[in-house]
Amino acid sequence: MLEKALKGKHGYWIWIAVLFIVITIGFSFYLRQLDYGLGVTGMSRDVSWGLYIAQFTFLVGIAASAVMLVLPYYLHDYKAFGKITVLGEFLAVAAVFMCILFVFVDLGQPSRVMNVLLHPRPTSILFWDMVVLIGYLLINIVTGWVILSCTRKEIPPPGWVKPLIYLSIPWAISIHTVTAFIYAGLPGRNFWLTAIMAPRFLASAFASGPALLIVVCLLLRRWGNFDAGEKAIQALAKIVAYALAVSIFFVLVELFTVFYSGLPEHEAPFFYLFAGLEGHKNLVPWMWASTILAFGALIPLIVPPLRRRTGWLALACVAVFVAFWIEKGLGLIIPGFIPSPLETITEYSPTGTEIAITLGVWSAGLLILTLLYQIFIAVRSELHVTGDTFDMKR
Amino acid sequence: MTPSRRDFIKTAAATVLALILPGSFNPVRAKTKAPVAGNATFSKNNIAHTLTAKRWAMAVDLTKCTADCTDCIVACHTLHNVPNFGNPKDEIKWIWQEPFSAVFPGEQHAYSGERLRKLAPPVFCNHCENPPCVRVCPTGATFQRSDGIVMMDYHRCIGCRLCMAACPYGARSMNYRNPRPFIDRINPDFPTRAKGVVEKCNFCEERIAKGLLPACVEACRQKALTFGDVEDTRSEIRLLLEKRFSLRRRAHLGTGPQIYYLL
Amino acid sequence: MKYQKWSLIIPGIVIFIIGATFPFWYGKGKASAPPALELNTPEIDQLAKKQCVEDTAFMRANHMKLLQTWRDEAVREGKRVYTAKGGRTFEKSLTGNCLVCHSNKENFCDRCHDYVDAKPTCFDCHIVPGEVKK
Repeated sequence: MLEKALKGKHGYWIWIAVLFIVITIGFSFYLRQLDYGLGVTGMSRDVSWGLYIAQFTFLVGIAASAVMLVLPYYLHDYKAFGKITVLGEFLAVAAVFMCILFVFVDLGQPSRVMNVLLHPRPTSILFWDMVVLIGYLLINIVTGWVILSCTRKEIPPPGWVKPLIYLSIPWAISIHTVTAFIYAGLPGRNFWLTAIMAPRFLASAFASGPALLIVVCLLLRRWGNFDAGEKAIQALAKIVAYALAVSIFFVLVELFTVFYSGLPEHEAPFFYLFAGLEGHKNLVPWMWASTILAFGALIPLIVPPLRRRTGWLALACVAVFVAFWIEKGLGLIIPGFIPSPLETITEYSPTGTEIAITLGVWSAGLLILTLLYQIFIAVRSELHVTGDTFDMKR
Repeated sequence: MTPSRRDFIKTAAATVLALILPGSFNPVRAKTKAPVAGNATFSKNNIAHTLTAKRWAMAVDLTKCTADCTDCIVACHTLHNVPNFGNPKDEIKWIWQEPFSAVFPGEQHAYSGERLRKLAPPVFCNHCENPPCVRVCPTGATFQRSDGIVMMDYHRCIGCRLCMAACPYGARSMNYRNPRPFIDRINPDFPTRAKGVVEKCNFCEERIAKGLLPACVEACRQKALTFGDVEDTRSEIRLLLEKRFSLRRRAHLGTGPQIYYLL
Repeated sequence: MKYQKWSLIIPGIVIFIIGATFPFWYGKGKASAPPALELNTPEIDQLAKKQCVEDTAFMRANHMKLLQTWRDEAVREGKRVYTAKGGRTFEKSLTGNCLVCHSNKENFCDRCHDYVDAKPTCFDCHIVPGEVKK
């Protein structure tokens, strides 16, 4: 099936070429980072994680969102999702791939990365993160590929795939629970020390991931000759709406706890985010943009006549994606470090090298996604099957 | 019968795996136990005069420590080849001074007297009883010794900086660049570090091994630092702690810090 | 149709064979001297008995494994004393032990390392005598 990625229209190859160029540029900047050290980034003694870990954190949520297609279809027989579970699994593959790459480029001594497996420390949540991410990557590569091959040959999938798919459901929950636990278990970082961190990750994942899927489905309908079906897209949009509402609620709940209790150490990072702290306000415009985008997107997602209009839906989904890219990206990482444990404020802004490497990794992920989706489209168009007449679950 | 392409690839992959797998496991299994020609049972585990303790701790007498003195800092950073990058972003420090309000958040108020405001206590790794940095390290590069010292193994550190996020005291520094060019005068008796690893105060464990006190303790001209075994009821530090009121940094976090500030 | 492809397959096989056997035939006839290690440092000259921690054959084969064992035992277990065959004791330290005698890294350590293109990163941190004046 891989050979299907080698055939495409003009636009496909231009897109691939662009991705390769960005990857190459990013890689050359990474070589510079390897040579000089992580000092080429904007990270400092006080703010020791930045853009790379922000992308990793956000993408873990995107990766987990495959479960939003798999769970309704495989556990509850929601036939409308039957055609597109593979799209979700492939998105998970690309997203986890990017997660792993972002962690790798963030390491100070990347050649020693195998130490995590050679000298495992089960008390470390980062160890478990490596385990669950690699496991999730393997599960999704295998299930996505097998289901797609079976679709192509119009045969039922082998028996062993079903338990693996069922496993992917709690496993998806586990990947961002574990990632949330990296932050939520640190005693000195008040912004992160909240039990609701893992639920927040889940809620924003189920909003931002399906939002991306909707955009992809709309793109594939327009340019890929593949129609996911209006029912599936609308169902996904409703999932995004609910998850977005819950995410917003969770943030409001955080704000209440912090500001009603009045604990200065807990209030300070929120002040930094939304109003600036002692004159430092790098993230304030970003956070308000994220807030406006999130609230704004809620309307077209909830109001059915708007939701059914492709233009409004696409706009809302892009808004949701960007809002959470900010809120679960730098909007989550940086305030963990501000103020520092010694009550100083050191701001962070990414450097050009850092941005170039980040774009390179995103392009690498998009490349994987493009190749996998091209294979998917090719298989689908070969089938001449309109509608989900073939029940994959038998 | 010609095998299908799929079967061929499956067979080829299985063959390759079967060939390389045994070899790739070897380095892991072999670990680092050398086929030692010498006597592998160590008759003398320690160099003579090594100081031993159940739990090393330090008392900082703030009535003696003066804000304008940096003897401890200079001694430590010189001895341990701590670089000076000249900018706060890349800064590495094992021991430094902070205002009282930063060292003990919440203890200073609007009506605190001059004396407290003028204090600039030295801060460094607390070598906690229950260190969060050790808990989160994915490789065991930071670990706790049986005598309480929280150690760094610079050979194993992958530079993930989770320990820096976990430390509630801001005691750790990352080598964001190669430190060698920025060490004012390299001390050839102690290694430097390379870029990409995290470092911090090590309670001068290399000096303790030779029966010496930490460099900061020896260098302090006011004799404000007392180093000792806090679980030895007759140690100087225990007597001090019984006689005087002491504060620890953010003790409510449950980390069990072992630096006691005498006020 | 198979026969058309032979025009690609045979040159491909030939190129592969040339490339895969390159290390074996490229240097034929050229003498490549084995690395000459200089052991006459002032510190070694002063020794009564010129004996390393272990014998030469052992050190040649195992010095890296020995150093890794020392590293873990000294740093992680606090066991700083090594008892060699014969009972002599040494401190487990690269700079403080090995390089005290072998103070000529460029004419000793580097000779073999450069020859086999091994790039140990030890010296990024561990100071080489002579590199730094006290």
